[in-house]
Formats: sequence, C-alpha cells, structure tokens
Amino acid sequence: MPEQAEGTAGAPTREVRDFLRRRGEQIAQRWADEPLFRAVFTVSRDEAVEAGKAVVDALAQVADAARVEDPDAAGFTAVREQLARMGAARSRAGLSTAQVSSELAALRPPVENLLVADLPEDAAVEHVRSCVTTLNVLMGTLRVVVMQTALSEGQALIDRQRLQLLEVATPVIKLWDGIVAVPLIGTLDSARSQVVMETLLESIVEQQARYAILDITGVPTVDSLVAQHLMKTVAAARLMGAECIVSGIRPAIAQTMVHLGLDLGTVVTRASLADALGYVLHQLGVGIVTPGTNGSVAR
Amino acid sequence: MLRLGEVLLVTLQGDLHDSTAQQLQEDLAETIVRSGATGVIIDVSGVEIVDSFLGRILAEIAGQTGLLAARTVLVGMRPAVAITLVELGLTLPGVHTALSTDVAMEVLRQQAPSSRFGGLGQERL
Amino acid sequence: MHTAAGSQARLPIRSDMDLVWVRQHVRQAAAQLGFGLVDQTKLVTAASELARNTLVYGGGGTMETEPLVEGTTHGLRLTFSDEGPGIPDLEQALSDGFTSGGGLGMGLGGARRLVHEFGIESTPGAGTTVRVTSWVGRPPRPREES
Repeated sequence: MPEQAEGTAGAPTREVRDFLRRRGEQIAQRWADEPLFRAVFTVSRDEAVEAGKAVVDALAQVADAARVEDPDAAGFTAVREQLARMGAARSRAGLSTAQVSSELAALRPPVENLLVADLPEDAAVEHVRSCVTTLNVLMGTLRVVVMQTALSEGQALIDRQRLQLLEVATPVIKLWDGIVAVPLIGTLDSARSQVVMETLLESIVEQQARYAILDITGVPTVDSLVAQHLMKTVAAARLMGAECIVSGIRPAIAQTMVHLGLDLGTVVTRASLADALGYVLHQLGVGIVTPGTNGSVAR
Repeated sequence: MLRLGEVLLVTLQGDLHDSTAQQLQEDLAETIVRSGATGVIIDVSGVEIVDSFLGRILAEIAGQTGLLAARTVLVGMRPAVAITLVELGLTLPGVHTALSTDVAMEVLRQQAPSSRFGGLGQERL
Repeated sequence: MHTAAGSQARLPIRSDMDLVWVRQHVRQAAAQLGFGLVDQTKLVTAASELARNTLVYGGGGTMETEPLVEGTTHGLRLTFSDEGPGIPDLEQALSDGFTSGGGLGMGLGGARRLVHEFGIESTPGAGTTVRVTSWVGRPPRPREES
C-alpha cells in the first residue's frame, strides 16, 4: 500500500513531524547523554549524536507517512539494523529485556520537553495534549521496533543453533573405501530427516561412495513417516548411483513395522551394522581374512 | 556426443530446452543404430534441474536403448536434483545409475550383454 | 505478512524458451532470498512443472513472483495464470498418474509436493490460476498418506 497516498496526517502528527525535522540536532544531542546512547557509543560522542539523528530522521519519516502506530512502517527500515545493534549491545552487557526497554523509555522525556517548549505559547491545551500524545505513541512504537528486532535476533540465533545441532547429530562415517555409514540416534522428524538425507547424499559425492549404510539402531520408533523418509533417502541415493542398506532394525521395530503394514520395498536391510558392512564388502569383492586360519573368508 | 569404443558418452549441461532434450533422444537412437554401440553414458553432473519432462525423456532413452540392445547409465546426478526427483515421485526404476563415468564404464564392461547379470543376452536371441 | 523489498516480477509463458526464463528467474529470486540449494532446486522444478502446464494445457499465460516476509522468515510466492479451457475435475488432476497429454502425469501433484503451500483455482472455459509458496529453512511437508 503506497504510503504517500495515506499522507493525510492529522494536524498533531504534522506538528510532531515538523518539530522532529526542526529539532533533530538538539534531540540527538540530548539523547547522546542518555544511558542507552552513552553505553553503546563509548568511543565518541559525535558518533552517538549521528546515530541519534538517524533515529530522529526515521521518526519524522514515519510521522510524515502518518503511521506513528505501525512498527512495520517503511520509515524505520533505515535504522532497523542500527537499533538492533544497540539493543544487542545492551543485552550483551547483561541487561535484561525489561532494563533495555526502560532505557528506551528514558529517551522520551527529553523529546517531550523540547516539544512542549517548541509549541507556540498560545496553543490550545487540547492541541498541546494531542501533540504530546502523538509523540508518545511514536516513541512507544520505536520501543516496539527495538524489542522486535531484539526478539528476531534471538529467534535467528535459535534457528541457527538448531540447524547446527542437527548437523552435529548427523555424522557420516567412512567405513571403507567407497562405503559410508550414518548411525541415526534419536527421533527422526521432518527437519532432521531432511538434514540426514542431504548430509548423506553430499558425502556420497565427496567420498565417491557406492554404498551407504543407514543404521537405525538408535532410532526409538519407526512409524510410517520415518519409513517414508528412509525410502526417499534410498531412492535419491540410487538415482545418484549409490546403494543404501538399512541396518539395525531391532526385533521390536520389525514387529511394529509389520503391524503397521510398513514395507521398505526393495531396500536391502540387515540386522546390524556389522552385517551390513559384511554384505557391502562382499558386494565389492573384498574378503576378510582372519590371521592364522589362513584363507578362511568371512561371509 | 563422444564415442569411446563401444560406448557413447553424452554430457548434458545447464538448463535444457524441451526441444533440445527431444532432439537428443532422436539423435541418440540413430547414432546407436549407426554405430552399433552397446553402451550409453549420460553425464548429468552439469544439470541443475530435472523436471518430469526431462525425467521422462531420460527414462525413455534408457528404455529405447535397451530395445536397441544397448545399455544406458545415468552418471553424476547432483544430490539436490536426486532429492527433488524423489519428491516429484520420479525414481526412474528402469535406469542404471553410477557416481562417475569411470564407474559407469566398469558397470558397462562387467554387465556386457554376454554377462549373466545383463539380461540383455536373452533379449538379443 | 507483507511484501519484502525485492524484485516482484511478471514473466510471460508463451514458448519453450520462456520456460527456461521462468526457471532462471525463480532460481535467482530463491537464491537471493536465502533458500538453500535443495530448496532452490525444488522450487525451480515446481515452477518448471507449473509453467509447462500453463503453456501446454492453458495455451500460455504468465508467472508472477512475489517475495514475502513473515516474522523473520523469507518466502517466495509464484502465481501461474492462464485463460485456457480450465480443469473440469481438480481432484483428478491433482492425483498422481493423471495426465491429459504427454508427461508422466506428475505436473500438478508433483509440484504440490515440492512446495509448502499450494492453491489452485480453475473455472472451466475461463482459465486456471495456481499459486505456490515456499519458505526459507522450513522442513518439507510430510507426504500425505495415500
């Protein structure tokens, strides 16, 4: 929705906008002495003033678009990153979310004082009150913006860590030239299965592995979804030119699978990882000779 | 299209037009008949996407070369492409696959029509 | 939810050559939004299937791309529209193996499995609109039990 078209800002909003444009420098100067700016911009006060001016400009733009209540207003875009950095810096310094929020709240009174002083002396009480209210709303929205970015930073961190955890939990092990194995431990949900599939297929390419063993000894239950994921992985590996063997289907799981009518189709399965390795070595034409009993070949 | 003894090597690259893929299918059949090749290796390691149209063409090439007493091996499919094809429901059951051209050559040598694994020996009778 | 900054585009689907453009455009847009390689490939493949449907069954049409933001997540929406004969039986058209000309009949059903959200509207005699959306970093939808 084009913001200009909405630019029918009411009189108080226009007043606040003009005030912000006019007094940007002074507001920024006052903010530079507030704890939030002082704590974040420790090197130079000028830097704090510059940052403050950018925020005032953004607020003026938001007021110009008559979106003082909208944290998503385009006017905030330019300073969103800077605000996020400021919020993050205070969090790192050990402040709780509530403390950061009150530091932000402390930015309002100096602006309000300037505004009231700036309004003509003969201005109607009603008008003064509406202007102050508009400014308060705008400053409240600014707080929401900072809190939002802080939260989304946190969420992004959680997302990154979750993904890292998934990758860490999925080691692909080279067992032999051309043979890789993934011991799966824990529940296989959709996100995890996707990571397993991608990691395994990547390592098939890297290792030029003609055989891949998916060991599910550590998977507590196999339902239709897990079976489906296993089948998909096997099918994708086959398209790339590798054969997958599923090993470690415990008797209890085998029973459940039969009960559920789950069929792994043409997938080669073995009871244990060792059995699977023996099968693959045999396929590759590799014999295992036990020293001493010269010539006896396993499996 | 490159000829290595009894084997034709086809390298597909980038984003293929539908018409290019269809043309390849026709050309390949002709070349097999003309050259008497017994194996076709299609290298798809440079292909970023295989949709159901190209997937169908690849499956048809495999089927068609089988009828012409040759064997097709699909080589070097990327993981992302393989995952997508499986989600699409296209697992190309009749197509042989290999990780690399070297392995494909080996497969073609081992499973030559005379081999008991080939099954093509019977078709030739 | 609102539209993210980024290229919103509308591409014609009139020929074989246009399918290549559609694929390249979707690939670029998805890469820009931060889609991983596998998800890019899925989305491009879905776009290819749907664009071919638009071309072959709809007699040509357009694809629109629209980047989306929901909270911290970016997404890409693709809309394929044609003014062709429409699809009389949507349920049948979405089932695997159904085809009314060429292909393995994986077009619509297959494309649906490659994306997170799938919507289709079709009016016999007036045309068909297919709208698909995928989100960065979201696991694939589990396949419906058949």
